[in-house]
Amino acid sequence: VSGDEVEPVERFRQRARAWLAATMPPECDGMAQRGEPGRWDHERRLQRTIWDGGFAGICFPAEYGGLGLSVEHQRAFTQESLPYDMPYALNVPTFGILAATLVDHGTHEQKARHLPAILRGDEVWVQFLSEPSGGSDLAGCLTRAERDGDVFILNGSKIWSSGAVDADYAMCLARTNWDVPKHRGLTMLIVKIHQPGVQVEPIRQVDGSTEFCQEFFDDVPIPVGDVVGEIDDGWTVASRLLVHERLAVGGGSPYTSGRSGGHDAGGDDLGLVEVVQSQGRAGDAHARQLVAEAHVRQVVHGQLNRRLTQAMRTGAMVPSAGSLMKLFGATNVMRRAEIGLELTGEEGVVWPAGADTVGERLGSFTLGRQGMSLGGGSNEIQRNIISERLLGMPREAAADREVPYRDVRRAGR
Amino acid sequence: VELELSDDQAFFVETTRKFLAAECPIPVVRALEHDPAGFDRAWWRRGAELGWTSMLVPEADGGGSLSEHGLLDLVLVAEEMGRLVSPGPLVPVSVVAAAVAARGSADQRAAVLPGLVAGETIAAWCGVTPVDGEVRADAIVLTGTAVPVEAGAQADHLLVAARTGSGLTQVLVPAGTPGVTVTPLGGLDLVRRFASVRFDGVTLPATAVVGEVGGAAAAVERQLQIACALQCAESVGVVDRVFEMTLEYLGDRYSFGRPLSSYQALKHRMADDKMWLEACHATAGAAARAVATGTANAGELVSVAKRWIGPHATELIQDCVQLHGGIGVTWEHDLHLYLRRATVNRAMYGTPEWHAERLAADLFGAAS
Repeated sequence: VSGDEVEPVERFRQRARAWLAATMPPECDGMAQRGEPGRWDHERRLQRTIWDGGFAGICFPAEYGGLGLSVEHQRAFTQESLPYDMPYALNVPTFGILAATLVDHGTHEQKARHLPAILRGDEVWVQFLSEPSGGSDLAGCLTRAERDGDVFILNGSKIWSSGAVDADYAMCLARTNWDVPKHRGLTMLIVKIHQPGVQVEPIRQVDGSTEFCQEFFDDVPIPVGDVVGEIDDGWTVASRLLVHERLAVGGGSPYTSGRSGGHDAGGDDLGLVEVVQSQGRAGDAHARQLVAEAHVRQVVHGQLNRRLTQAMRTGAMVPSAGSLMKLFGATNVMRRAEIGLELTGEEGVVWPAGADTVGERLGSFTLGRQGMSLGGGSNEIQRNIISERLLGMPREAAADREVPYRDVRRAGR
Repeated sequence: VELELSDDQAFFVETTRKFLAAECPIPVVRALEHDPAGFDRAWWRRGAELGWTSMLVPEADGGGSLSEHGLLDLVLVAEEMGRLVSPGPLVPVSVVAAAVAARGSADQRAAVLPGLVAGETIAAWCGVTPVDGEVRADAIVLTGTAVPVEAGAQADHLLVAARTGSGLTQVLVPAGTPGVTVTPLGGLDLVRRFASVRFDGVTLPATAVVGEVGGAAAAVERQLQIACALQCAESVGVVDRVFEMTLEYLGDRYSFGRPLSSYQALKHRMADDKMWLEACHATAGAAARAVATGTANAGELVSVAKRWIGPHATELIQDCVQLHGGIGVTWEHDLHLYLRRATVNRAMYGTPEWHAERLAADLFGAAS
């Protein structure tokens, strides 16, 4: 490929197909769990291979290490990449959310410094948004950054950042002005995670996973050059970040490459048919109805996501429509996990010690299922967003609007 | 159903919507409650002039569609009809017209299609459950009962499936053929009519067979898919309109000095209802596209849509009735017309459970 001519999508696809077949390992489910030790090094190496092969950052600007190609090129690559082991854990949040926000709001220096490193697999990014004092009221954050010459001094704590312990950088929303209403005194900062003053502690979840972390900041100096967007206008950046989050999670981001999220096998992804057959109940009408319902819910979820992604892309629906995807995903997991529990029966709660059974997977799945209804904005917050921004129903009363944030009532003061 | 329409389709939707609003508003639907046919023939002919009956028939047979796939045009009509709980035999006429256009002989196409396309005649589809068929030298003899058959008592042509040996055979039966007994049924919908059709040794010439003897299984499946795609689109129109009415009502109605729409308990229910509604749109659209283009998973996606929309449409409407309060359970309010239509659609052309079993058969078959 030479000159200024854009490579036609079909030729790009052929080239990607040949390169993938010659270079990338086949998809391997054993490595699909993000929590496994060594997974992140594996992801980084895969991304480096893609960078070296000239297929990294297909929709990212060429000026910053990307290819500057169209969404159609990206879609073609993703379709071709499905049979291979891809660094899909980098898609969300690194590529689809943080790098995407950096493209929109970063300075030239920030983009030149970080985007090529991200696309090489050298930098993994996460978001520092929620706080222990409350996750739903994102703009009510208490983590503070005080200006001291050429740096901001960061103090406070963030929580529910997935994979922070294995990541390199974060976008962190901090309060820089307490004398204005809450949305107008926030600043988005780039924070190097592994440095003195930053303590990262994994949180053990009910299902045993340690993907989520809490961070503590103790007088961490952040150079003024690491402010994303304008000082005190971090809410604009955070809002954009949330739009990218919904797109990326819904599968509608141009910046993610290869499948995002889990290795969705399609069909009977929960293994329910296997459970029912192993119990000798393949002829049981009730069990068959439940297996079909789980399947229907999975298919409709995909159909809904495609419809909403298209609607948001064309402007037929406002970006808040992403909350419909989020709410559907969360309530769907609740029901599908319930079906799993009902079908596994005893096998979902006891199993041969040390064995990896479908029953064990489904039983453990039911314990952690609530996570989807909480992470990324609780179901209740999504219902507020849908009713207010999508349906135009009146907003909830709030005691913190148009009041300097230092005067807003908080727990314990 | 669809987010993006061509200019032709947008114009077609607009024309259909205006025609229905002017010629068949809800008071007209209500007035047809005791009409034996449940629709006005002259009105149906005018709908046919707008293209309602042409979309699944090739131009060579007097039909024609707006886009490459006529079914994608026709689901737009079905959705508009749902929004006004319109009468009219759209599903059976469309299914039979498509079947005859696809597999009928030249004589059958010439005898049946011009009348259906012009809206002069009506056809009924007797469904997927076959009656008994006995193939003789130059004739076929039908015995059994098809029930319920939409527009069975209004139809000029009946398309019935018969089990002949190990296969299925489809037969076009003219209304009034000796041995055919049509008994109108009562039902929930105010204007949609169903009948029981009994065949007592009905003897028809071999020329009445559509396609080959014993080779109709795939065609019957295709007919079911078309019926379900149209019905799902209609149900989506039904719930979409009910949701719209409810959102408006909550904004207009005040209690304790504030609009109902300001109560978080009600806002959250509307958020859930919006989510179910969008999922109905999404799955109906996906089913229609799959059936229109004839993809291998069309049967699966139709059953997914039927399993999803059936229970969710009725549950969503019941929730909207609750949000309306007492007025919602009066005869005077229009909500019950919508609930009637959605409830009938849920049961017809396969219950949600029947479609779930079809999916289970695929899933368990694929695994063994």
